[in-house]
Amino acid sequence: MKKNRNVGIIGVGQSVYSSHREEVNQPEMINEAVVEALESAGVTIDDVECIVHGNMELFEMIHQPDLWHVLGTGAYGKETLRVTTGGTTGATLVAAADHLVASGLHDVVLAIGFEKLQEGHTTGGITNMADPLWGRQLQTGALTGMTAAQMIDEFGEERAKKVAMKYRIQMDQHAMKNNKAHRRLGLSPDQAEELAENSPQLVGELRMIHMCSQSDGACAMVFASEEKAKALCDQPAWIKDHITAHREEMFCIFGDAPVLSTHRYAARKLFGRCGITNPREEIDLFEMYDPSSWWGSDWLREFLLLEGDAHLKMIENDEIAIDGAFPVNPSGGVIASNPIGATAMVRVAEAALQVMGRAGDHQVPKTVNQALASGFGGTMWTVLFLLTREVPS
Amino acid sequence: MQSDFDTSDCYTIEGKLALPYTYFAGRVGSRFITTLRDQHKIMGVRCAACDTVFVPPRQTCERCLGDLTDSWCEVGSRGRVVNFTVVRYPDRHLPRPVPFVLAMILLEGADTPIVHLLEGIPPEQVAVDMAVEAVFAETTTNTIRDIDHFKPCDA
Amino acid sequence: MARRVGICAVAQTTYQRDKWHERFQGMALEVLEPLLAQTGLDFSEDKGIGMSISVSDDIFDARTISDNGMTDVLGAHMRCEEKIAQEGIQALYYGLAAIQGGHVDTALVLGHCKESQGQSRNMVTHMAFDPFYTRPVGLDFTAAAGLQAQAYADRSDVGDTHLADIVARAGRMAQLNPATPEAPVLTREEVLASPMLADPIRAHHAYPVSDGAVGMILAAEETALAICDHPVWITGVGNCMDSFFLGDRDLASNFALKQAAARAYQRAGIDQPRDRFDVVEVSDQFAYQQPMWMEGLGLVDEGCGGAWIAGGGPDAMNVNRSGGMLAGNPLILGGLVRAAEVALQLMGLAGERQVADARRGLAHGVMGPAGQFHSVAILERD
Repeated sequence: MKKNRNVGIIGVGQSVYSSHREEVNQPEMINEAVVEALESAGVTIDDVECIVHGNMELFEMIHQPDLWHVLGTGAYGKETLRVTTGGTTGATLVAAADHLVASGLHDVVLAIGFEKLQEGHTTGGITNMADPLWGRQLQTGALTGMTAAQMIDEFGEERAKKVAMKYRIQMDQHAMKNNKAHRRLGLSPDQAEELAENSPQLVGELRMIHMCSQSDGACAMVFASEEKAKALCDQPAWIKDHITAHREEMFCIFGDAPVLSTHRYAARKLFGRCGITNPREEIDLFEMYDPSSWWGSDWLREFLLLEGDAHLKMIENDEIAIDGAFPVNPSGGVIASNPIGATAMVRVAEAALQVMGRAGDHQVPKTVNQALASGFGGTMWTVLFLLTREVPS
Repeated sequence: MQSDFDTSDCYTIEGKLALPYTYFAGRVGSRFITTLRDQHKIMGVRCAACDTVFVPPRQTCERCLGDLTDSWCEVGSRGRVVNFTVVRYPDRHLPRPVPFVLAMILLEGADTPIVHLLEGIPPEQVAVDMAVEAVFAETTTNTIRDIDHFKPCDA
Repeated sequence: MARRVGICAVAQTTYQRDKWHERFQGMALEVLEPLLAQTGLDFSEDKGIGMSISVSDDIFDARTISDNGMTDVLGAHMRCEEKIAQEGIQALYYGLAAIQGGHVDTALVLGHCKESQGQSRNMVTHMAFDPFYTRPVGLDFTAAAGLQAQAYADRSDVGDTHLADIVARAGRMAQLNPATPEAPVLTREEVLASPMLADPIRAHHAYPVSDGAVGMILAAEETALAICDHPVWITGVGNCMDSFFLGDRDLASNFALKQAAARAYQRAGIDQPRDRFDVVEVSDQFAYQQPMWMEGLGLVDEGCGGAWIAGGGPDAMNVNRSGGMLAGNPLILGGLVRAAEVALQLMGLAGERQVADARRGLAHGVMGPAGQFHSVAILERD
């Protein structure tokens, strides 16, 4: 499909991510990200034509929260759009902003994802996504031990647990370079065995240390048409393409038949459309929505269309490190920071910063010509973005 | 509506959303509340760029995104009614048995009215432009309800 | 210049007080099946519908990620579905952007809500208020509307009799609309005798609680012409957000609606909106809003709402031939149902309420306390 016109990311703003932001209310926290995004883009709120907003209402129990949040978003007098899709919300917001600019409806759009999880009850909120008749009594929030069990089954307990912990420690080492990250624990590789043994178990071998945080935070991004982006920004991150793949609610609806993962499906389609035949070679960096180090490890295989234990080897051989051949989540990823309505946007924003060369202390030591970013939510929903340094043709 | 359904096998699931929430007022909101609670003073913020005194206060001017954190100004605890309605439908989220009056009250020195309860007068006698004053709550709730309500006063 | 986008099919359920016998997935299926039948589209991998845009609300549905229970109904297994969590008419705005942007050629739009599931609609809208300054005094959208009605009625000489006439007319109109089988026929006297809710709003002035679903198929011009004999083009859209605190606004000023309308007119290339629309559907959640929004749209002189009602304006301008919100639609679907109704009129499919030779129409949606957010869409047929 031919895009009407190109869209560039020209600014990124993020609040600090933390488990406790007692000193700000919701619009104030959002405003931190908005102000930084506008500054980063070199524009003022007057240049922005439309504000896109998203989060999940039950996490804070504010109905249509964009109405109140006008106090911080800058939406007064402007066009707005509110889109939500669960955990993928942040990436869906980027898709929406892309459409709004590509269509010609707007030249400059500001998108905002946020969550203030401290104000509500996250696991209770997530549990309420399950069907009240079929699933609500069984749902355990977003905690699932299935992937750990499957990886242990496939690769043996020792190797699988080692890889998951290595991934976890790698992400923490990345987070230590990102001063916005929420959990910066200063873990070192020699703690692996002790953590694997002593971190509290949540579900099976999914332990507390493996799991993402619950964070407060907001992310804002400024998007501009090709013409405006070139005028306003030396090096925009261009939106080459994106794809969304959901899957039905009940995991068991097809019985025991193996179901293609949405991650693999989305990656295959997106790479096909963009002419990518060897993602590990052609893509320079990946910001993945990794809710736990088990999922992060396992999903690498899906997103990169790998087979066998190739993904384990990538982790074992330090390929996913910030200075490795295929850096994954130099920001520290979702395990480090997870303000849910913003989280998927942060993936795209961090990938964009890497393309723009503006990631600061966690900038990867190579030119990023092409970056991949993923969002995850719902019942294994995927949104996948491909960003480029060159203007897409 | 069709009314001849066989209802013998139709179940409904009773549900209730009862999750705990804790909202943070922010520094500006906190100062408003503590000043109201401890000193019985109502504070607004003035945006110099927009030449407007806003009540309730807010950290950022919605119009120009200016930072109003330190732009405090005290407004009066008296003001006048600029608009009102009489709430007559009972519901669980309402602060009073119905009927009660919700009025928009422009406090002395403020440019934007606040919505609050107006009591001490039968609803049918409430009129626009009426002078009113704040009655402060005896027990704090750490919300705007540390003004318990407004009541009519001499102009 | 971006390509034209057309509405190619419209379907809706009836809107009723309590569809206790249907889950929301069932209501959606009732809409989806005729949409697919009308267009011959399906969800096949490369030639099927490009994306699904749902409209629902987590709090009304009491479900986090309310669209999660809709994936299979919306054909979104391994496909794209995105949820508008705003006034439903914004799904048209979004679908237009996605198709004009070139990302997809076709989009399914489908909104649903069961207001009957909640104990109180006012308790839901109460949750839209901030926890510090406005929730503690009990504000909800009905009380906010009472304040706005008070401010507006004086300015435009809209009296109790005018409001009663608006409600009585809505009931009469709804009798011709098969989607509103429960809308009551009320006399002016009956409306005038109904108790006050939030002065000057009476019980009969408020839109009824209802359950229902509505959907459309949108397509880029080439596809639209291939799958539909009479596509209705979305030629203009515009929306605007006003201040949050009621006191920060002039409640009678129509600030946001004027901006929204101006943007829609500008995009549709309309200089003077007066007399340019054959049908108009406004989201009159409360009776006072029908003349007020018409003023805001620039279709009635400012301050003349009362005179417009008294002079038979709604009939003369074909406003809310469907019965409007007063005949009953869920809050979040109001504007989307208005757009569906305008599209049916322009397609010539409005049955007994058909306005002869309607070529251009306007649909309006509103969300938030006292009309904080407005969205306008202009629809035309060739």
